[in-house]
Amino acid sequence: MLASRLEVSTTQLIASRVNMSAAIMSSAGKMETAPFDPRFPNQNQTRYCYQSFIDYHRCQKIKGEDYEPCSYFKKVFTSVCPNDWVEKWGEQIEEGKFPGKI
Amino acid sequence: MASWSSLGFQDAASPLMEQLIFFYDYAMLVIILIVTLVGYMMASLFFNKLTNRFLMEGQTIEMIWTILPALILIFIALPSLRLLYLLDEVGSPEITIKVIGHQWYWSYEYSDFLQVSFDSYMLPPNELPDNGFRLLDVDNRTVLPVNAQVRVLISAADVIHSWTVPALGVKADAVPGRLNQVSFAVNRPGLFFGQCSEICGANHSFMPIVIESTSTDAFLNWISSSSD
Repeated sequence: MLASRLEVSTTQLIASRVNMSAAIMSSAGKMETAPFDPRFPNQNQTRYCYQSFIDYHRCQKIKGEDYEPCSYFKKVFTSVCPNDWVEKWGEQIEEGKFPGKI
Repeated sequence: MASWSSLGFQDAASPLMEQLIFFYDYAMLVIILIVTLVGYMMASLFFNKLTNRFLMEGQTIEMIWTILPALILIFIALPSLRLLYLLDEVGSPEITIKVIGHQWYWSYEYSDFLQVSFDSYMLPPNELPDNGFRLLDVDNRTVLPVNAQVRVLISAADVIHSWTVPALGVKADAVPGRLNQVSFAVNRPGLFFGQCSEICGANHSFMPIVIESTSTDAFLNWISSSSD
């Protein structure tokens, strides 16, 4: 119970902070992409992709499909993940075979 | 691009490559000084007739030839580390592209605002235009805006490949199941060539990389016409 509440609050926190920076960027009329994430400061960005994918589905599961801030994670993982990976994971989720915890 | 009898680097097209060339020149300077000094000392030892059979120790010279090389190494290591961390820096990227290595071509994905993806094959010699570059030109170039901070995420679909553009100072292995990141800003418009740098099979030599750096407007035109 506590764990899930904690998860929601961090999700909201990240989403709100990021929405702000995204708004600034779009007001400047620039192209925008997934920002640098200090959790993944290394050359290996595999987890940035995977974590954003998981976060998106967790966010949807907890807050419902229409909850707007969740779309931030979708933006990140579409920018960062190879299309093949997203497709494969999507199929796995549909078939109930996705190994991650959503 | 590389051309005949060029022994050094290609001209830098990104701040990273400029820094790499500065560091190379600096390190070469140190190396040449050391080789000259040691060469001179060896030659003079070979050709003189000095003997000193009773010399057992020389504390002063031992101190000098221990501390001096250590200092020289520090003066090379510190700029080298600075450069190492600079190469890892992404700053605030303005655009992300994904590069996937296949046997034997590269495929590119732009998914920030418009979904664009395409395969980039080498032009075979019989289809090459008269002004084309043999073994380097591709059918679909990777177009990027000039002066924008670009993040490139590199992966592979089958075996290990390696994506590299020497003029931009970037190279990273494309490993299946892993996403490697490199980042650069191209500081002038132009065509920049690279080749797969990890032996990946029969046609390893025939999967070149072409970056076409152009103005932001031209880039936006290209991406919106490619997304249809």
